[in-house]
Amino acid sequence: MLDKTGIAKRIAREIRDGMYINLGIGIPTLVANFIPPQIDVVLQSENGLLGIGPFPTEGEIDPDLINAGKQTITMMPGSALFSSAESFGMIRGGHVDLTILGAMEVSERGDIANWKVPGKMVKGMGGAMDLVASAKHIIVAMQHCSRDGASKLLPDCTLPLTGLRCVKKVVTDMAVLDILPHGGFKLLERAPGISVEQIKNATSGKLIIEGEIPEMELE
Amino acid sequence: MINKLVNNADEAVFDIPENAVIMMGGFGLCGIPENCIQAILKKGIKGLTFISNNAGVDDFGIGLLLKTRQVKKMISSYVGENAEFERQLLSGELEVDLIPQGTLAERIRAGGAGIPAFFTPAGYGTEVAQGKEVREFEGKKYLMEAWLRADFSIVKAWKGDTTGNLVYRGTARNFNPMMAAAGRITIAEVEELVEPGELDPNQIHTPGIYVQRIFTGTHYEKRIEQRTLRNIKK
Repeated sequence: MLDKTGIAKRIAREIRDGMYINLGIGIPTLVANFIPPQIDVVLQSENGLLGIGPFPTEGEIDPDLINAGKQTITMMPGSALFSSAESFGMIRGGHVDLTILGAMEVSERGDIANWKVPGKMVKGMGGAMDLVASAKHIIVAMQHCSRDGASKLLPDCTLPLTGLRCVKKVVTDMAVLDILPHGGFKLLERAPGISVEQIKNATSGKLIIEGEIPEMELE
Repeated sequence: MINKLVNNADEAVFDIPENAVIMMGGFGLCGIPENCIQAILKKGIKGLTFISNNAGVDDFGIGLLLKTRQVKKMISSYVGENAEFERQLLSGELEVDLIPQGTLAERIRAGGAGIPAFFTPAGYGTEVAQGKEVREFEGKKYLMEAWLRADFSIVKAWKGDTTGNLVYRGTARNFNPMMAAAGRITIAEVEELVEPGELDPNQIHTPGIYVQRIFTGTHYEKRIEQRTLRNIKK
């Protein structure tokens, strides 16, 4: 099984030169560490920055410069700062090429649930609903199964939805899968050391397997 | 001569009544009006509705007003940093409207800009859509959302002049500009207050027309929620 770093590394391979990208909190933020140096992308922060740079050194810390996860950051040369209305205008207006975010559940039709566990966890949806309703391309980073072994890739989400029919690609600790337009998880790659059989057992949504399934390349 | 100057936060909030609806700028603890929060705490007024993207942390920001039970209702997009908040929410002690962040931003912008309703795709197909009109535009479904306006808006800026023009810094801008326009009375606390003419008109983020009261804030803590440093590899 991949750890969080492994999932982030694999997702980084989906990034293309020149993309404008929004990275959600958690595993998606780690993706920034693995973007190949020869590629130029611009990272958008929903709270009003285009051009997120590396985390600061002690001397560079600025309390007026944080990302969506409230972590201190720096800005790249060529950055732009703007208001939250401008930021979500950018997002909703379809200007962001790629959104990477986490999920608790994804359905075989591409529905996503990642903001609420009724009665237990109601932190709020933040920018997630805007992002999934508007992004040109959405990649989800998630664990394939919950801690007690239940599949999180389902026929239908059981948790309150963040968005309908919006996820295109899922990278888990076990696999890379595409969600087909007419429904179904198409298995593309296996995590190192994971078998197709293991993935079948871990996926309760419709799983489509065609031909040999290669192992993920991470480096 | 237009002069919106007040001396301090206490003077700025003097007429905010119980049960007021107040917009408060900030994203997390970044760009929050620290002085006015203290002044409202001191005033002790209760039954307040806050429109604010977040709820602060347990012992800073709006979290302070939550502890003293001055908050009746929150309209926010994310309250996860505040455990007391989540507890009051889950137990039913606190009324909370959770709104997608972009929808919140646009509802406030619309409030200041005189647009009573608009359509957004955010939340279609989720519980956010309950009770809302749905319309299709060019094959995609959208929800109708209404403007948000407040009795008072309290914003925090980096620099301002005495006519109310404001300049923000970094990601402390966030919700402040929209809120400045959407409050019937807008109070601005700034780190540096200058005379008219000292700010470059090309660089104004919030034109003074939106601001009714302005003062120089003091003792900004600018607390950092997640102090995250770069790993320097040797």
